[in-house]
Amino acid sequence: MLDYVWLVPLFPAVGFIINGLMGRRIDRRLVGWIGCSAIGLSFFVSLLLLFELLRLPPTSRHHEVEIFEWIVSGTFRTVVGYQVDPLSILMALVVSGVSFFIHIYSVGYMHDDPGYPRYFTYLNLFVFMMLTLVLANNFLLMFVGWEGVGLCSYLLIGFWFERDSASNAGKKAFVVNRVGDFGFLLGIFLIFTSLGTLDFTEVFNKAPSLGTTLVTTIAILLFIGAVGKSAQFPLYVWLPDAMEGPTPVSSLIHAATMVTAGVYMIARCNVLYSMAPIALTIVAIIGVATAIYAASIGLTQNDIKRVLAYSTISQLGYMFLGVGVGAYGAGIFHLMTHAFFKGLLFLGAGSVMHAMSGELDMRKMGGLRRKIPITFWTFFPATLAIAGIPGFSGFFSKDEILWQAYSSPHGHFLLWLVGAIAAGMTAFYMFRLLFMTFFGQSRAPEEVKKHIHESPKVMTIPMGVLAVLSIIGGYVGISHVFWGGFNKIDEFLAPVVGGHGEVATSHAAFSLQRVAHAAEGGIATATAHGLHSASMELTIMAISVVIALIGIFVAYVFYIKRPELPGILAEKRKTFYTVLINKYFVDEIYEFCFIDSLKSLGTGLWKGFDDVVIDGAVNGVGHLTVGLSGVLRKIQTGFVQSYAFSMIIGGVIVVGYYLIKAIFH
Amino acid sequence: MIIPTVPPSCFLVLGAILFTIGVIGALTRRNAIVVFMCIELMLNAVNVSFITLSRFLNSPHGVMFVFFVMAVAAAEAAVGLAIFVQLYRTRETINVDEINLMKW
Repeated sequence: MLDYVWLVPLFPAVGFIINGLMGRRIDRRLVGWIGCSAIGLSFFVSLLLLFELLRLPPTSRHHEVEIFEWIVSGTFRTVVGYQVDPLSILMALVVSGVSFFIHIYSVGYMHDDPGYPRYFTYLNLFVFMMLTLVLANNFLLMFVGWEGVGLCSYLLIGFWFERDSASNAGKKAFVVNRVGDFGFLLGIFLIFTSLGTLDFTEVFNKAPSLGTTLVTTIAILLFIGAVGKSAQFPLYVWLPDAMEGPTPVSSLIHAATMVTAGVYMIARCNVLYSMAPIALTIVAIIGVATAIYAASIGLTQNDIKRVLAYSTISQLGYMFLGVGVGAYGAGIFHLMTHAFFKGLLFLGAGSVMHAMSGELDMRKMGGLRRKIPITFWTFFPATLAIAGIPGFSGFFSKDEILWQAYSSPHGHFLLWLVGAIAAGMTAFYMFRLLFMTFFGQSRAPEEVKKHIHESPKVMTIPMGVLAVLSIIGGYVGISHVFWGGFNKIDEFLAPVVGGHGEVATSHAAFSLQRVAHAAEGGIATATAHGLHSASMELTIMAISVVIALIGIFVAYVFYIKRPELPGILAEKRKTFYTVLINKYFVDEIYEFCFIDSLKSLGTGLWKGFDDVVIDGAVNGVGHLTVGLSGVLRKIQTGFVQSYAFSMIIGGVIVVGYYLIKAIFH
Repeated sequence: MIIPTVPPSCFLVLGAILFTIGVIGALTRRNAIVVFMCIELMLNAVNVSFITLSRFLNSPHGVMFVFFVMAVAAAEAAVGLAIFVQLYRTRETINVDEINLMKW
């Protein structure tokens, strides 16, 4: 069964080809069916693979399938090959599962759009590329997926390309991603020049032979790629603008799957990162800085999708904090739960927009709880999950990250503190969104009010499924402090990433330790941590829950109890508020620093180099030819007799030459 | 009565004079037919030289060349005159300095 892993990306590829070539000629309903069933089949195959994998002992849960040789040149050999191991199959499940529900939702959401077949074509291509990314068995194929999802992201952000803002946002996303991809590509080159291979297994087996500086450089370069793709500071600017795309796209690509590729990549390369503590620290600091930074912007935004976008950036920051302190399993766990609740939050926002005739501004909403109850009752658990309320999925994953940030050998008290404050902000802005949208009095214009209606079943059912997942999704990774623990996800991922964020200190012992760890599972670690750390962990957990509750309470006071308070506060702290609502002026700073200077450089080169040197050379050759031939043209008088005359002159000269030669010989 | 032998140099000088007249005529006259006649004159001046030297050197080669030249000249006259007739029909002139289509 494991040999059939290539079926997982194959189905979306087939769906892409069918819809791409014939989508406009076949019935719209069929287009939707093809699109959804392609993803559904791939989800089904992933599930079968998971069960197959679970039947094997943990240490042998690794299988590679080589499909064909791609590039063979000298000693360089790259194949197109897929691999199944706990990490890749978990990612494949999350990607295909969440995509499946979002595809179904899209059938309803995009119902009247003229670009319906194009939409499903792009979406299937995206899923194909994303599955290639997570299932690839070497860096180069991963890079293909990496670029492929970037392309689809560009196409889908600019899906309504007739709108200037949409096509500009698409371009922005593409260009900013390019900056990161450049680093990623350099990292791949460096791996190849130093190890001579790009195959994951070989690279990670040979990695211990590398020097620390080299590994750190590679790790940082790869991380630059992750910063671009996963929208971390300072390359996050494209993600808020990406909200120009259709909402299900924001949900799938810019929240649940594509943007998490960076986290997956770091977890996949955990061997390299564990060898480079400096790189890990950089990852953790960038992650936590992004988490609090984006959360603070999220506090003041009024566009419902933008709040969610900044929230996504912030949550991705958490994941990087997790992997950055060596807790790869925790990072991936949060990736998974985040895919559920953030995907759902976006779908909910889409449903709200659907009800509000496309309105995005939360100041014009309110009181929607009774009008669209299903949306509310699915949105609500997702909000609780992201806020980290105990019992919901986000609580388990976020607290594991925070605990690891505090306790792991790479962690630090400050990392935890900043992370916990960001968690409080998260709770605040999410409940602000919830209160402004669903509670209080409706602030919508009358004609919009009349049209408010619940979304069709094809949209609400996927939301319901994701709501269930956002509630129960966390129960696969219960920390050991509760009922002895049930951390199946760490245990499952342990053969790939090592358990419980423990990082091998000696490189040589690394693979051995991984195996040993996997065999013992999570229980051994739980006992090793001991009772002291258990009470510590409970304390940490309690603190972050209290912080989250404070955030919710503040939101309640501000937006339900005394709605006039936010305005007064904004007035009082005017500078601070202006900075926040303008997103720290980062777009303007970039505009000033990079875009303007590049523009003037471009203009300079255009006017100075292109116009003068290049055009000068081309035109100069032309002018020279015209000038020279102008001189030569004078000979061509057009009079036959002058030609004849020159012939005779020539004849006289030739004859004269021989005559003189004969005479003087 | 002994016919005094004319020395071959006289024939050669005659050829040279005829050739020169032909050249000058071909270069200076504007009427295409006159130019054409001058070219014929040049050909025949060459013929005279050929015959003279053939006789002088006791070789038949010169005579053979003369036949060729005469045949070519006849063909050339036919083609050339046909061109002039056509030219006159389209341009209403056969003055060579008015026929300068080849000039850019």
